[in-house]
Amino acid sequence: MLRTEREQAELIKEISGVNTKKCMKCGKCSASCPAYEEMDIRPHQFVSYVQNGDVSALLKSKSIWKCLSCFACVERCPRDVKPAKLIEAVRLMVIRQRGGNYLSPDEVPELLDEELPQQLLASAFRKYSK
Amino acid sequence: MQRIGVFVCHCGTNIAATVDIARVVEAAAKEPGVVHAEDYQYMCSEAGQLKIREAIKEKNLTGIVVCSCSPRMHENTFRQAAQRAGINPYMVEIANIREHCSWIHKDMEEATEKAVILARAAIAKVLLNAPLEAGTSRVVKRALVIGGGIAGIQTALDIADAGYEVDIVEKTPSIGGRMSQLDKTFPTLDCSACILTPKMVEAAAHEKITIYTYSEVEKVSGFVGDFQVDIRKKARSVDMSKCTGCGVCQEKCPSKKTPNEFNRGLNTRSAIYTPFAQAIPNVPVIDRENCIKFKTGKCGVCAKVCQAGAIDYEQQDEIVTQNYGAIVVATGFDTIKLDQFDEYSYSTSPDVITSLELERIMNAAGPTKGHLERMSDHRAPKSMVFIQCVGSRCADKRGKSYCSKICCMYTAKHAMLIRDKYPDVEVTVFYIDVRTPGKNFDEFYRRAVEDYGVNYIKGQVGKVAEKGDKLLVQGVDLLDNKRIVMETDMVVLATAIEPNPDVRKIATMLTASIDTNNFLTESHAKLRPVESPTAGIFLSGVCQGPKDIPETVAQAGAAAVKVVGLLAKDHLVTNPCVAKSDTLLCNGCSSCEKVCPYGAISYEEREVNDHGIRETRRVAVVNSALCQGCGACTVACPSGAMDLQGFSNRQILAEVDAICR
Amino acid sequence: MQVENKKEFRPKIVAFCCNWCSYAGADLAGSSRLAYPADVKIIRVPCSCRVNPMFILRAFQRGADGVILCGCHPGDCHYTTGNYYARRRMTLLFSMLDYLGVEHGRTRVEWVSAAEGVKFSTTMNEFVEKIYSLGENVRLEDLRCKRD
Repeated sequence: MLRTEREQAELIKEISGVNTKKCMKCGKCSASCPAYEEMDIRPHQFVSYVQNGDVSALLKSKSIWKCLSCFACVERCPRDVKPAKLIEAVRLMVIRQRGGNYLSPDEVPELLDEELPQQLLASAFRKYSK
Repeated sequence: MQRIGVFVCHCGTNIAATVDIARVVEAAAKEPGVVHAEDYQYMCSEAGQLKIREAIKEKNLTGIVVCSCSPRMHENTFRQAAQRAGINPYMVEIANIREHCSWIHKDMEEATEKAVILARAAIAKVLLNAPLEAGTSRVVKRALVIGGGIAGIQTALDIADAGYEVDIVEKTPSIGGRMSQLDKTFPTLDCSACILTPKMVEAAAHEKITIYTYSEVEKVSGFVGDFQVDIRKKARSVDMSKCTGCGVCQEKCPSKKTPNEFNRGLNTRSAIYTPFAQAIPNVPVIDRENCIKFKTGKCGVCAKVCQAGAIDYEQQDEIVTQNYGAIVVATGFDTIKLDQFDEYSYSTSPDVITSLELERIMNAAGPTKGHLERMSDHRAPKSMVFIQCVGSRCADKRGKSYCSKICCMYTAKHAMLIRDKYPDVEVTVFYIDVRTPGKNFDEFYRRAVEDYGVNYIKGQVGKVAEKGDKLLVQGVDLLDNKRIVMETDMVVLATAIEPNPDVRKIATMLTASIDTNNFLTESHAKLRPVESPTAGIFLSGVCQGPKDIPETVAQAGAAAVKVVGLLAKDHLVTNPCVAKSDTLLCNGCSSCEKVCPYGAISYEEREVNDHGIRETRRVAVVNSALCQGCGACTVACPSGAMDLQGFSNRQILAEVDAICR
Repeated sequence: MQVENKKEFRPKIVAFCCNWCSYAGADLAGSSRLAYPADVKIIRVPCSCRVNPMFILRAFQRGADGVILCGCHPGDCHYTTGNYYARRRMTLLFSMLDYLGVEHGRTRVEWVSAAEGVKFSTTMNEFVEKIYSLGENVRLEDLRCKRD
C-alpha cells in the first residue's frame, strides 16, 4: 500500500505515462471536454492536482466516472499531455484499491441504448472492466 | 627537433574542480618533445598569455599545446599569443579539457586520466605541425540581399548609405513583403503603408541599390568576399522600360478569377497584375498559369490596350550572374497552414479567419475596402472572438514549439482598433499568457483592456462550430473555473508564423545552417546574432527567429554594419589549412578533382625529378584561394599524394595512436 | 559479476567529429553539462569527409574498442557534400570490418548538429553502452610485422 500522496501521484504518472510538467496551463482540455459540466474536478485540474500531489481529492472525485474517454483532450492538447490518460490512471487506482467493481459483458445487453455511440460502449468497458 | 611547451589552464574552477591540474602538468612534461610544462589560473588572460610568450622566448619553444577550453573559443587567442612571441601561429594545438572533459565528468580520477590523454594527443599532433602561411583573397565590394521585405529593404538602405553597391532579390513582383500587407502597426498605431512606402521609394531611387523583383537566387558558388550568384529574372511578360504603370491592362484583363495572394485569397485578381497599388516597381506581371493567352493562345487583350506597347508574350527568363562580397538572407515568414486544426473550423467557415486575413479586411485597400465585415454574408459582426496561440507553443507535430512572439501585440491592436471604430462590437480574447515585453507594449495591452473594454479570458478554446449563420465557440475560463459557450459572428485565429518555406532551398545553396524549425542559425546566440556560421552570410529579420517590426529593423541595421565591416576590407586572410598535393606521389588520376566541391583542383604538366629520373607528369594542383580545407580529396586520393595542411594524415594518425596507447 | 567486469574493462573509444557541427555539438553537450562516459575521446577534423578509412583501421589496430564518426546532417554540411562522401566510405568500410570480425556495433556514423548537445550526449552514452555489451575488441594486426 502506498503511504504518501506524493507516492500515489508518482504511481499515477507511471501508470498513465503522462508528464504533468509539460502542461502550460492553457485549459484547452477543459475547453474541449464534452463532460465538463458533469465534473467536479475538471480535466485541466487533474493535471495540476497530480503535479501537486493532491491525490486524495482525485480519488474521491466523481469526475473519474464522468469522463467519456473520448480523448478529445488528448487529441487537442498542444503540449501532448494526455489528461484522459491521467483520469484513467486515477480510475484504475480506485478500482484496484476496491478490489473489483467491474462490468461483466453479460450485463451489457440490458444496458444498451439505441442512441448510445459504439465509442461510449467501448469506453464503458475501459472504465469498468479493469 | 621540436621543443614543445604545454600550458594547462585551470579556468578558475571550471577545469580545476574535476581535473587534477598538477597531474596533467606532470604527465605532459614526460611526453617526448616536451621541454616545458606549466599551469595557470586563466591562460586566456593577459597574464596567462604573457606566461606563454615568456616561455616561448626563454625555452626556445617551437610549438605549444594549451590544455583549456574548446578551440572554437580561444584557438585564435593563443595563436596570436604565439605569433607575438615569434613562432608561427599554426604551431599551436589546443587540448579541449573543459567542454570535452571537466564539464561532463564528475569523477576526478576519470576526468584527470582523460585530460592527460587529450593533452597527449595534442602533443603528438603538434610535434608534426608545420608552419603555415595564410594567404589572402579579394573582397568584391558589393552585397546581395535576398528578400525585399522591411528587413531586406532596411539592410540594403544601410549598406548603400555606407557607399557600397547592393542588389535586392525579391521573389514576388514587388518589394514590400509582409509589412506591406499590414494595416496598422503596434504600439503606435501608425499606418503600415505610410511608414513603409517611403522606404520602398528610397530603396528604388537609391543610386547604389539595384532591385530584382520577380526574381530568385538560382545558384551560389564561391565563398566569403567573392560569392558568384546566378539570379533568375522570371519572365514578367511586360517590358519594364516601356510600361508606364497606367493599370489599363489589369482593368481590361478578362481573366479575373485567380485568388489574390496579397489579400490572402480573400478576393481575386486579374491574370496580369501588380500585387498592390503602391507596388515597386509599378510594373505588372503576367501570371502565365492563369493567363488565357498563355493557356489557349487566344486573347491578347492586354497587348491591345497597352498604349506603351510594353506587353511582351515572348519574353524569356533571364539569368544574371553577379559577384558579391557578402550575402544577407532576409526571407521572412508566412503563417502556418491550418488544415491540421479542424477544431477551429477554419477550412469550413469563411468567418473563421487568420489575423493576417483580418489585416487585409481592415485595410482600406483590402477586399472589403476597410469595412469590417464577415466574408460569408458581408454583414458587420456584432461580436468577435480572438483565439491566441493557434499552432504556437505546440509540442505536437500540428504546430510549432516556439512562441510566435508577435501575436499578443497584434491581437491587442486588432481588438483595440475594432473597439475604437465599431464600439458596438463585443470583442473577446482567449489567451494562455499575454506576453508583451517591449517598450510601451504592456501599456498598450492594458489600454485595450482598460480603455477599450476588450474582454480578455484566460483559457483556451476547444472547439468552434458553425451554428446557423453564427459560430459557436466552446472555451474555458480557467480563473473562474467555468465553461464558456458563446455565439459569435467572427473568429480570428492568431496563427503561428514559420520561416518562408523557400528558406531551406536558399540555406542549402548558401551552406548556411538551419534549425529544426527552418529558422537560420546564428553564429552565436548572444554574441553573434546576425552572422550565420558560414562566413560572409548574414541574417536579417524573421528568417532568424520570430520578431516584430522594430526588432527586425534593428537587426537589419546590425546585419548591414557587419556587411559594411566586411566590404570595407581590401582583402581577407584565408585559411592556410588547405589541401596540398605531393607532385612526386601524384599520378594524375583526377579522383580528387571529382570530389572537390569548390573546383579548387586542376591539373598541370610538371617536370618532376623522381629519384633521379626527370620526366614530365600530369599532376594535381590545388588553388589555395578556392580550397576551403574540407579534406574530401585527401581520402579520395589513391596514391596518398593529397594531404591536408594542419590536419595531415600523419597528424591525425598520431592523435589516434596517442589516444589508443 | 557483470558489474565487476564492467569495472575492469575500460573501452578505448575514438570519436571523429567535424569542426562545424558535431564538434560544436560536443562543446554544447559540455557547456550544458550533459555527461557521457570518459572513455570517449574526440578528434577534431574539418569535415567528416576528412576521415580516411585508414584512420579507423589504425584505431582498431592500436586497440580501440569502438570508433564513431559524427558529421553534419545530410544537406547541412559546411562544405556542401562532405558528409555524403563520408557516409558512402563508411558504409563500405564498416561492412569490410564486419567481414574481418569487427562487429557492426563497434562502428557508427551519426549526424549531430551544432545545436544538438543532447543528441551528442545520448549518442555517446548509447554507443559506449553498446561497446560495454560487446566487450573487448579483437585486435587487428599487421601479420607482416609479426615474427615467429
